[in-house]
Amino acid sequence: MAGAFWCVVEDDRKGAPKKVMAEVLGEATRLGGGPVEAVWLADKVTDEGIRQLGAWGATKVWLFEGEAYAPYRAEVWTPVVAELAGKEQPRAILAPVTSRLREFVARLAARLGAGLSADSVAFAMEGDRLVATRPVYAGKLLSRVAWAKTPWIATLRPNVFKPADAQADRTAAVERVSATAPPATLKLVERREEVSTGLPELTEAEIVVSGGRGMKGPENYVILEDMGRVIGAAVGASRAAVDAGWRPHRFQIGQTGRTISPKLYLGFGVSGAIQHLAGMRTSKVIVAVNKDPEAPIFKIADFGIVADLFEVVPALAAEFKKLLEK
Amino acid sequence: MKIVVCVKQVPDTATQVKIASDPKTIDTAGITWIVSPYDEFAVEEALRIKEKRGQGEVIAVSLGPDRVKETLRSALAMGCDRAIHLNDPAWADADTLATARALAAVIKQEQPALVLCGRQAIDDDMGAVAAQVAEILGWPCASWIMEETVDADAKSIRVGRQVEGGLEIFDSPLPCVLSAQKGLNEPRYPTLKGIMGAKKKEIKDVKAADLGLGAGGSQLGITALEALPPRPPGRIIPGTVEEAAKELVRALREDAKAI
Repeated sequence: MAGAFWCVVEDDRKGAPKKVMAEVLGEATRLGGGPVEAVWLADKVTDEGIRQLGAWGATKVWLFEGEAYAPYRAEVWTPVVAELAGKEQPRAILAPVTSRLREFVARLAARLGAGLSADSVAFAMEGDRLVATRPVYAGKLLSRVAWAKTPWIATLRPNVFKPADAQADRTAAVERVSATAPPATLKLVERREEVSTGLPELTEAEIVVSGGRGMKGPENYVILEDMGRVIGAAVGASRAAVDAGWRPHRFQIGQTGRTISPKLYLGFGVSGAIQHLAGMRTSKVIVAVNKDPEAPIFKIADFGIVADLFEVVPALAAEFKKLLEK
Repeated sequence: MKIVVCVKQVPDTATQVKIASDPKTIDTAGITWIVSPYDEFAVEEALRIKEKRGQGEVIAVSLGPDRVKETLRSALAMGCDRAIHLNDPAWADADTLATARALAAVIKQEQPALVLCGRQAIDDDMGAVAAQVAEILGWPCASWIMEETVDADAKSIRVGRQVEGGLEIFDSPLPCVLSAQKGLNEPRYPTLKGIMGAKKKEIKDVKAADLGLGAGGSQLGITALEALPPRPPGRIIPGTVEEAAKELVRALREDAKAI
């Protein structure tokens, strides 16, 4: 019997899986290469969270529950999951790209002596093997990759894969793993929360509004935040705006910032330098507003308006408001 | 305090890349090569640690063909003390794991107190090597570092790691492996004196056999590179700002179903 497709769970630190897991479990199910199982490490999990994983398609949840697993430390997670993998011989190990799972999965791959395809945007079963597609060279090319042996280890770019529909009649068996977690050498001192904008996280948002050099200064981002609140969008920035000190680096979209793949991207006063495109080119629908009709972003935009963003943003926000109040 | 910095040579972001005839690699003719930007943050931070402590040694390590010497020269010009070039055709198709094994082997020989890498190289964007080196060495690791402070007796390091919604501050014993995120520092430009001085610094060539490693060992292979599928042509919406805004919202709702 073919080994399972493991999906490592990203959670909200409060016992519930993040909704990106619907994408990972949905893709694992669609591939049909083996039973779909979740692997969850946390200090606490909820029954509702386990139900959710089952409804998204996990047939089993391998549960590592204990104080040792929070906060996440690769040196603690790696040996226990590697040990289980040695016993269970999963065929694939998949995880969403998040700050901790990208590191964890890399470390796990080294432990298992297995190949890793990071930030994958497509998969296919070709006969008896998995192949993955991933963007390379600032998203200018796609690379097709395959593994020398199992387990096939990969991370998945969020917002790219079709999420599983939650089906309440699907349930997951729970298998608690009693592992001896090694002592952690990394000690958490504190967590510094960023001042919340009240808007979604950039990498998780379905809609992203982005402001570039055309924003003219830090004080003007408030108009994008206002629009963000109307349509539930995260607000990002180009490197030019970040390097000018208008926005903190965590809001930067692009090669030296965050990679996003929202359903809808709206760029205002963004020229569309290659390094910016590298971070948003897989967005499904791209809108560009720029005074300069020659701005490179219009080459990849689905819709463009050539006009002053300071006139367009209020008009657009008003139209969105009208639409959503209907 | 001895620090190893891992650097990678990559095509300049603005360079046009063409697929070679194989078609698993890029055509390297006419490419401008640079030090991967995140690795420059790593080099800069290593130099700052050394300068702050008033002593120490910073060793730049890179894996790749002959042209990689240029990248190591740049690191030396910034201020690294010496360099090691993992230069062997055996590593031509190295994936992240084969690369990490080679780096870990040389790090084991050097026994530094700290290893710094960039968070990812901007060519293949895997972002895996730092964590994999740490695993092979059995050291702790922390990725996407925004700040660090080495304690006075160089036994531990306090690091701030960027996570969703904030920073997590950890104390780690040394030795450990860190990967640098943008925002950690502002890399210096090499001075003329630095560039001249770099010519006299040592770049040691190391072969796989010197590290007791054989050829191969890659677990992930590229089967083909492909051009991006073309995006359907876009549409510039004409009219006054009010008309265009109205039409855009209609199109997003009815045609694109994006809102």
